[in-house]
Amino acid sequence: MTRSMRSKNCRPKQTGYNKQVLTEEKLKELELKAEAIRETIIEMLVTAGSGHTAGPMGMADIFAAFYFDILKHDPKNPAWEDRDRLILSNGHIVPVRYAAMAHAGYFPVEETKTLRKFGSRLQGHPERLRLPGLETTSGPLGSGLGQAAGIAYGARMDQKKFHVYCAMSDGEHDAGNIWESAMFAGANKLSNLTGVIDRNNIQINGMTEAVMPLENLRDKYEAFGWHVLECDGNNIAAFIDVVNEAKAIYEKPTVIIAHTIPGKGIKEIEFDYHWHGNPPNKEQAAQWLAELRTLKGKIQSEHQ
Amino acid sequence: MLNSDAKLRDDLFDSKEQAATRDGFGAGLLELGESNPNVVVLCADLAESTRVLAFKEKYPERYIEIGVAEQNLATIGSGLANYGKIPFITSYAAFSPGRNNEQIRTTISLNNVGVKIAGAHAGLSVGPDGATHQALEDMALMRVQPNMTVLSPCDSEEARKATLAAAAHPGPVYIRLAREKTHSMTTKETPFEIGKANVIWESEHKPEVAVFATGPVLYQALLAAKELQFKIPTVVVNVSSIKPLDRETIFMLAQDARAVVTVEEHQVAGGLGSAIAEFLAGEYPVPIEMIGVHDRFGQSGTADELYKEYGLHHGHIAEIVAKAQARKQGI
Repeated sequence: MTRSMRSKNCRPKQTGYNKQVLTEEKLKELELKAEAIRETIIEMLVTAGSGHTAGPMGMADIFAAFYFDILKHDPKNPAWEDRDRLILSNGHIVPVRYAAMAHAGYFPVEETKTLRKFGSRLQGHPERLRLPGLETTSGPLGSGLGQAAGIAYGARMDQKKFHVYCAMSDGEHDAGNIWESAMFAGANKLSNLTGVIDRNNIQINGMTEAVMPLENLRDKYEAFGWHVLECDGNNIAAFIDVVNEAKAIYEKPTVIIAHTIPGKGIKEIEFDYHWHGNPPNKEQAAQWLAELRTLKGKIQSEHQ
Repeated sequence: MLNSDAKLRDDLFDSKEQAATRDGFGAGLLELGESNPNVVVLCADLAESTRVLAFKEKYPERYIEIGVAEQNLATIGSGLANYGKIPFITSYAAFSPGRNNEQIRTTISLNNVGVKIAGAHAGLSVGPDGATHQALEDMALMRVQPNMTVLSPCDSEEARKATLAAAAHPGPVYIRLAREKTHSMTTKETPFEIGKANVIWESEHKPEVAVFATGPVLYQALLAAKELQFKIPTVVVNVSSIKPLDRETIFMLAQDARAVVTVEEHQVAGGLGSAIAEFLAGEYPVPIEMIGVHDRFGQSGTADELYKEYGLHHGHIAEIVAKAQARKQGI
């Protein structure tokens, strides 16, 4: 299956940019990485006994795409000056970042089991100074986009070529700080900045549109001077495609509204906001890991 | 008498020369613009009154307008510092670090990036604007955050030095600034160092009371010491580095005088008074009298009227010094 076939229903419009082909082999590798990340997330959460499940599972495909295809980075030299920056604004989904970083070689996968434990580099919410490669410290919502915009602004002052990404949740768009930063990035036409919104429609108190309606998110960002793209955030090929398209937008910052399914990969918890902030117990974890391994088998056979 | 080692103005008590600490901040920024290409200045729609206008005009490519958005002021500043710039984020203290306190806590202090926060119009002396704009808790907010340095310069020249020192310091720094023109006390040669308190006034005899003051109200403490010079020998100390505190100097002088008075244009809860009391309670307990704002908001008025109402006037300071001495003697 080619990349364009997989993504044809997800593209808002065909722009004709970037004809480089994501080979079937590469796509299979990325999908397997996403499954490995999901398995690691479940193992981490059950060991930790607390933490967020739905968000990290839903974002596993996007983080696999970032760490194994999109980002210009070096796991052995996390402070490399010209690396792309990925700012995680909604710090509570950090298990997905830890898992992706471990699989990418930043630190041993075994260390992910220390999540949320005393003395661990893997704090409950990410801290830049504790673990090289985290880029910033986050958790309290709404503060990442401003930091990403600050980095993008500074980089542009120095004609740096790296790109800045900011992963955000949909729920944190309730926060005023996000819109202050969106206004700033739009006003300054920060085209070296790409925002990614995990549009999974859930937040702690319920569905986003019930808690505090966010729609029309596209119109809001456009009104703030952004270019807006949408895609299926659980379709790796589609996501890589829109990220490439975002890089071709020179006049504005771009935001990708990535439609994801919270808890993706585990049928029992998909799209259930009760799983926002809870970890699985041991029995659930065993059952879910079995489910994921079946899925892994499916990916392997699908690509054969 | 004035401490000659402090190299203060010879005409300190006679001169009418006044300048605001915010003016010294603006002058410091201009020097930094020249000497350090990494310095950038961010402002939340208050360029003239925070005195960053001259920097903006001379270095427009390094001036970043934020608009009335103090939370974004902090987070954009955090990103710039994370990238490698030396950002000064400027607004009124009531809004920054007032409104954006959590963003400062998470993205600057815990993140430990070198953002320099300049809070202008702090204290009662901003006067007619009233309580909404009179930040009286900004030092408390900043002092309780690990990694944060807190500076409270006493005059324009010291504010200029504090600005240069903040840029040279790798971590986050808060600089407290005032709106009103106040007495110039220090000179170019007066020592200034983060973490050091400076003795400004020493009586000929062994001091009976050590007076620790911060900010422009230091002048009132000096006037009080002068009035009392033939009655109660005192030592007056300029504590412009609220954090880190100069423990060595404070310990030594508390040991000498065995009675302490603190003076600040800020809530005594969480401010200089608290800082010194917290330290001395553990190291050298002595009677302490705290002059400052005691759990009240400010109000409109002239700086002079407000100093009198809130007990920051030199006459009241002299009374409290006498009270501290009496407490020590068990009277």
